[in-house]
Amino acid sequence: MAKLLVDGIEVDVPDHYTLLQACEEAGAEIPRFCYHERLSIAGNCRMCLVEVKGGPPKPQASCAMGVRDLRPGPNGEPPEVMTRSPMVKKAREGVMEFLLINHPLDCPICDQGGECDLQDQAMAYGVDKNRFHENKRAVEDKYIGPLVRTRMTRCIHCTRCVRFTTEVAGISELGLIGRGEDAEITTYLERAMSSELQGNVIDLCPVGALTSRPYQDQARPWELSKTESVDVMDAVGSNIRVDTRGREVMRIMPRVHEDVNEEWISDKTRFVWDGLRSQRLDRPYVRKGGKLQAATWNDAFDAIAAKMKGLAGSRVGMIAGDLSGVEEMFALKDLAERLEIASVDCRQDGSALDRKSGRGSYIFNSGIAGIEEADAILIVGANPRLEASVLNARIRKRWLLGDLVVGYVGADQPDLTYEYEYLGAGPDSLAEIAGGEGSFGKALKKARRPMIIVGQGATTRPDGAAVLAQCADIAVKFGMVAPESDPDWIGFNILHNAAARVGGLDVGFLPGEGGLATAGIVEAAGKGDLDVVFLLGADEIDTNALGNAFVVYIGTHGDRGAHRADVILPGAAYTEKSVTYVNTEGRPQMTARAAFPPGEAREDWAIIRALSGHLGARLPYDSIAALRATLYADMPHLAALDRRVPSAATDVMALAKKGGRTQKGGFVPVVGDFYLTNPIARASKVMAEASALAVQLAKEATGTHG
Amino acid sequence: MLADKDRIFTNLYGLHDVGLKGAMSRGQWNGTKGFIDKGRDWIVEQIKASGLRGRGGAGFPTGLKWSFMPKQSDGRPHYLVVNADESEPGTCKDREIMRHDPHTLVEGCLIAGFAMGAHAAYIYVRGEFIREREALQRAIDEAYDAKLLGKNNIHGWDFDVYVHHGAGAYICGEETALLESLEGKKGQPRLKPPFPANVGLYGCPTTVNNVESIAVAPEILRRGAAWFAGIGRPNNVGTKLFCISGHVERPCTVEEAMGIPFRELIEKHCGGVRGGWDNLLAVIPGGSSVPCLPADMCRDLPMDFDTLRNVKSGLGTAAVIVMDKSTDIIRAIARLAYFYKHESCGQCTPCREGTGWMWRVLTRMAEGRAQKSEIDMLLNVSYQIEGHTICALGDAAAWPVQGLIRHFRHVIEDRIDSYSANPDPEGAVTMQAAE
Repeated sequence: MAKLLVDGIEVDVPDHYTLLQACEEAGAEIPRFCYHERLSIAGNCRMCLVEVKGGPPKPQASCAMGVRDLRPGPNGEPPEVMTRSPMVKKAREGVMEFLLINHPLDCPICDQGGECDLQDQAMAYGVDKNRFHENKRAVEDKYIGPLVRTRMTRCIHCTRCVRFTTEVAGISELGLIGRGEDAEITTYLERAMSSELQGNVIDLCPVGALTSRPYQDQARPWELSKTESVDVMDAVGSNIRVDTRGREVMRIMPRVHEDVNEEWISDKTRFVWDGLRSQRLDRPYVRKGGKLQAATWNDAFDAIAAKMKGLAGSRVGMIAGDLSGVEEMFALKDLAERLEIASVDCRQDGSALDRKSGRGSYIFNSGIAGIEEADAILIVGANPRLEASVLNARIRKRWLLGDLVVGYVGADQPDLTYEYEYLGAGPDSLAEIAGGEGSFGKALKKARRPMIIVGQGATTRPDGAAVLAQCADIAVKFGMVAPESDPDWIGFNILHNAAARVGGLDVGFLPGEGGLATAGIVEAAGKGDLDVVFLLGADEIDTNALGNAFVVYIGTHGDRGAHRADVILPGAAYTEKSVTYVNTEGRPQMTARAAFPPGEAREDWAIIRALSGHLGARLPYDSIAALRATLYADMPHLAALDRRVPSAATDVMALAKKGGRTQKGGFVPVVGDFYLTNPIARASKVMAEASALAVQLAKEATGTHG
Repeated sequence: MLADKDRIFTNLYGLHDVGLKGAMSRGQWNGTKGFIDKGRDWIVEQIKASGLRGRGGAGFPTGLKWSFMPKQSDGRPHYLVVNADESEPGTCKDREIMRHDPHTLVEGCLIAGFAMGAHAAYIYVRGEFIREREALQRAIDEAYDAKLLGKNNIHGWDFDVYVHHGAGAYICGEETALLESLEGKKGQPRLKPPFPANVGLYGCPTTVNNVESIAVAPEILRRGAAWFAGIGRPNNVGTKLFCISGHVERPCTVEEAMGIPFRELIEKHCGGVRGGWDNLLAVIPGGSSVPCLPADMCRDLPMDFDTLRNVKSGLGTAAVIVMDKSTDIIRAIARLAYFYKHESCGQCTPCREGTGWMWRVLTRMAEGRAQKSEIDMLLNVSYQIEGHTICALGDAAAWPVQGLIRHFRHVIEDRIDSYSANPDPEGAVTMQAAE
């Protein structure tokens, strides 16, 4: 600990603190532009200058100077730092003036206006008059992709964006070229950036140089209502803030959650909001004469009731999709039980994950933050960069610290933004690793906190259960599961890519006694063994294979499921309802309603509740609170919002013993096109544009174009 | 005046054999093994006792700098880096050393490297110095061939010298920017602390020295610290290469005693000021970055670090730029301001934005197209840059402007007056627009 005086206030701070951190500890506010807690220190904006007693007679950049660099006074007095002295005031005014002389006075038309660091700090630390009578510098705007808009004249060269893309996103595509006052931020040859995290530079940019292209000239920050919620584009459960004006979502921003997304979100999370406006199902539809026709809720319910009348439970199947909340899956499962429907499944990708093997067999046991403690990571059948971009950034963060070996088993060798050892394609390679062979096997043996990350590319195969057992076996063999030296460590991690999946597994939205799983339901429907299929936002199945079954689709978008449906019941998207999602690490989090569903659309649980009445199996809860009371009585861990309940190590150990025959063939990661993984993203124009561009970039990278 | 026997650079003008044989005939590489046998501490003590101050401009005691290197390696190698990126306008001393007396530098590298526990030295040569690099490389090759350098050399201290050729950016003469450039990155200064002695080249303890500081070291050891300390004035001792340019009869680079009066320096070596001493207008005594001095202040001024600092200028690299009365001093300083604007790396705010601002204002002032209140504003802007930047380029850009305003404010005011009295001598701009 180091002791120092900040403006006369004595503080004790850890040795590794910078002056800026120490000053904040003492309650002093230090303005800054280039400094950011999660990026390397650049020290180039010079806004955080403070006066240090006993040091050189010039102000010091507090972001770059450590408290250890300070020398005590001649009689051992603690070093002194002044943040409000005339020297500091003058220095700040000087820097502020320099920043403003070439900054355009276009605040009235700037998207950053109202939430601009430069504006705020100019008010707080600047002077009110202008002494600069030369021409202002103009800089050409750069094209850096369809998501981030540039107005480079506004750039103050803090290089936060450059540091973010190189350090966190792992792409060296953004840089500062030129020098002196001609220095400009750009991508090389003005190519689009290829990161799934590039949108974060919009938040990082302290001025309006990098702003959101889809949001451009749409709204002012002070006219937006801000709702804190949770993202469902992947299974990370990134914490977000949904900004709405009236009933429209105008933009989505990240919230800080150290254990989940730190303060980053993926581009899909950030830019998907235009998909919430288009292709929406805003009223019930009933298919009449082969054509979907608008109907009233009662007509729709009656049509379903007529079809269901007298039908045995074994003639009905239900599949829940990737965006379904816990509450609605619980309600639908409740309804299924009342109607004795056993063919119920939340795993529309056909994964072998099962609740029966215990919770430890299907969650990311170490937690996302646990990645930072790992020293060896084996990735099996997953492309974390596409399946959970923010989580991938965490692996990269750990990798940058050094002393981390990463092994990869999968059919292809994707660029994960960090180095890894390619160990092979499929189960055979896993068997070799299990034998402890090769450099990676040795590294895994030596590792103190090894970890395996199993993606859905491994569990959704026909031999998924066997592969899962094989992975669990590796985990147990290499001391990943509660080793004696470290009984709290469980490094057996399942990486989900669907926000709904862990919640679905938790509430047991799974086949009952004699029930069919997803593939079985689709096949049976195709053969005519099922008469009615309920799809709760399930769009990722082959809807054309459902044969002549009567399909009831409860969902938000006119996507695959709705096209095949005989009755459509319009539901609410994740920004329009308050439901629980359990992320891949088993952390229950609740969304909040930021806007209302369009037209006659209703919250999904209410639809199911109403439907239950028409089907003569009335569910006993009339409010979401009553529903949750029932849910929490069954599953108390879901009531502990934002808390991760550790799972039992015995789950994994039992799984490891299951064994089974694996097949040949490599693991193919499930996410092919990052931008189009769900109905909302598929309805988004922005996502379509980004997807097209990614495809084009990939083509150029392989040299097959032109 | 420095006696010929006290000269360190005995082939400064290339009149003799530049090669190893010639160098050895002039005493270089003589007794080097003996110094090395006396150990690191002895060498550092000798250099400290000699009172040698860094010749790159800041005048930091060289022996003290060497002593900052860790005594024991913690596993990381130590490096000596020689700054031969001599780009300051007016300065041309290292150039002469590398061209004509390169063995002083090569031998100095070995001794200095040994004194800081380094087995490798990198010499970062300015991009424009093609012939100098070739001459230096030839000298190094000769030294390798004669087993003076390299593995298992006759001195018993394995030592390699690498010449790195820069790309011609002034900022790469700043020691940390130089290290960045040497590592293959963009030449932008690093934040200090940590200082290079702790975290330098490739994160290892590194000392960066000017060519001249290193090149004089062997001769100091040969002749003794007392000899070097006996030349010049207290705290400003030894011999120094002066590069005199501008309006003198014979511009030259010459080795002289520290503290030689300005008049003597010019009279003895340069044939006096062009047009006589009454024609002298101003002098920039230490390379373009130090403030200029008006004629009446500098005629008999001893040229050393402390005296010049006391008159608010500096010895810098001892690059004396003499300007006679034909000089438009405002335009001259405006040109320097352009140089610093052009060479600013753009990393930190005050220098990036301020240098261009100063240049633009000065350009207007050179025409008289300014307000008198802008003179104080310009001075204020220069103080806003000075001391607020990561490296010293901000200071270097501010000082010439401060010198101009300190001593030649009346010239600027007269220029503004004469412009406002007759703003449109050609009659090109008429009043039509107003009608």
